[in-house]
Amino acid sequence: MKQYETVIGLEVHVELATKTKIFCSCSTAFGGAPNSHTCPVCTGMPGSLPVLNKQVVEYAIAVGLATNCTITQHCKFDRKNYFYPDNPQNYQISQLYLPICRDGRIEIETAEGGKKTIGIHEIHMEEDAGKLVHDEWGENSLVDFNRSGVPLIEIVSEPDMRSAEEVIAYLEKLRLIIQYLGASDCKLQEGSMRADVNLSVREVGAAEFGTRTEMKNLNSFKAIARAIEGERERQIDLIESGESVVQETRRWDDTKEYSYAMRSKEDAQDYRYFPEPDLVPIVIEDAWLDRIREAQPELRDEKMARYLEEYKLPEYDAEIITGDKHLADLFEATTELCGAPKKVSNWLMGETMRLMKEADMDPENLSFSPENLAKLIKLVEERVINSSVAKEVFEQIFKEDMDPEKYVEEKGLKTMADDGALRATIEKIVADNPQSVEDYRSGKKKAIGFLVGQTMKATQGKADPGMVNQILTEILQG
Amino acid sequence: MANVISDETIEYVGILAKLELSDEEKERAKKDMGEMLDYIDKLNELDTTNVEPMSHVFPVHNVFREDIVTHEDGHEDTLANAPERNGDSFVVPKTIV
Repeated sequence: MKQYETVIGLEVHVELATKTKIFCSCSTAFGGAPNSHTCPVCTGMPGSLPVLNKQVVEYAIAVGLATNCTITQHCKFDRKNYFYPDNPQNYQISQLYLPICRDGRIEIETAEGGKKTIGIHEIHMEEDAGKLVHDEWGENSLVDFNRSGVPLIEIVSEPDMRSAEEVIAYLEKLRLIIQYLGASDCKLQEGSMRADVNLSVREVGAAEFGTRTEMKNLNSFKAIARAIEGERERQIDLIESGESVVQETRRWDDTKEYSYAMRSKEDAQDYRYFPEPDLVPIVIEDAWLDRIREAQPELRDEKMARYLEEYKLPEYDAEIITGDKHLADLFEATTELCGAPKKVSNWLMGETMRLMKEADMDPENLSFSPENLAKLIKLVEERVINSSVAKEVFEQIFKEDMDPEKYVEEKGLKTMADDGALRATIEKIVADNPQSVEDYRSGKKKAIGFLVGQTMKATQGKADPGMVNQILTEILQG
Repeated sequence: MANVISDETIEYVGILAKLELSDEEKERAKKDMGEMLDYIDKLNELDTTNVEPMSHVFPVHNVFREDIVTHEDGHEDTLANAPERNGDSFVVPKTIV
């Protein structure tokens, strides 16, 4: 069989984290009642006038700078005309001729451990459409314009990717850059980051690209990987059987693991773009650009390097913690409070990850405060509680952001100090277990483990195991 | 009239604009569009080699809004002109890609 190469380019839509829509002062908040966040501008009423949200331009520039783009200092908007019920103006305001960012690139790590540069063709600003709800049995669809006019940037890559792994590495990298900039939360499941995959195959060594298809409706990294594999096979099958690939848009059905043609070439859209007459041009002076450049936050790669240097974290810890902005923020805030970076890292890498996995949760949904984790670390450090009690307390912090000091006080979880009570308990256990004592004294030093266990049980886990060991040794050797 | 619009072109423009034209309307539209293209040809006679393309007539740029929510719940006003509504949503003929 012939060897084929997959050629992939991505169009990634990202919903920007602004408070208001791109051209009007309606809220972008999620989950309002249908049409509650609407006005004449975002519902395309005649005579309404769009006015650009400055923050949208700043976020777009910030993403462009972080992805090594050239910023188009004289840019403008264009109208893309099409009829669809989710688009009340009958056009989408977008950018065709002078997109705000061009010719960028980011570096990804490949599966083989190498680096690869993925080109960014352009980034443009545009508005989102409304939402259609289809009644499965009825004759109608329902329209909600709350999302209409929510600001988006579309990041168009060059066709530089060759495998699903590279695509996912690219998306992960983009997601982290944008999250670190605070420009979007980039959640694929919730649609604040959406990727369309342009894919073609060609024989290895061929100079020309094959005919490409565009796949939509990919809402998880796993779905993207499966869709890429499925589409690659479909195209190779067509070519092998002497048929040709049709340039079309296909919709991926992840439950059936199959894609369906959405629009065929015959009725390919002719959008009749023209400059948007209701919006004035944007001029981005050097001073404005410099201001945004100076305000760029520390991005992931820099943060990781700093964690190794400043906090002396192992590379593995630094990689996991900086792999999510929220986790990194939590780490830094807690470390700031308690001054013990490795301990904070241990709690995040260990118990936090374990409980997150149990609850099938993403790091951005972690709700406990740095204050309470810092307090817990202090309680352990000052030997107020022992490490197994600490784990129990942490579960409460994780679930309900409980104040550990109060919780330990109320539940009486403080470690028993050697105030006589602990010694008395241990003496009783020693008296009750003559066999173990004999074993220990005849050289089976491991027998002490059983006695420690009995003591911990008798104290409901509140004794300090180190102290128990010490007292036991004294008694047994005495 | 130098520009002649073909039947196919008028058919295609009709599809894009979602208009169904009668034969008489088609003929009239063909004539109008031909004349418009003639006018564009006339404009094209002018040499604009060193003229920057202009997208806006007034020398105004950078008109921005700050990112502050000022609109309250607007659904009743938005739905006031809806030909048909269901709850707080517009009702349209079933549309599925």
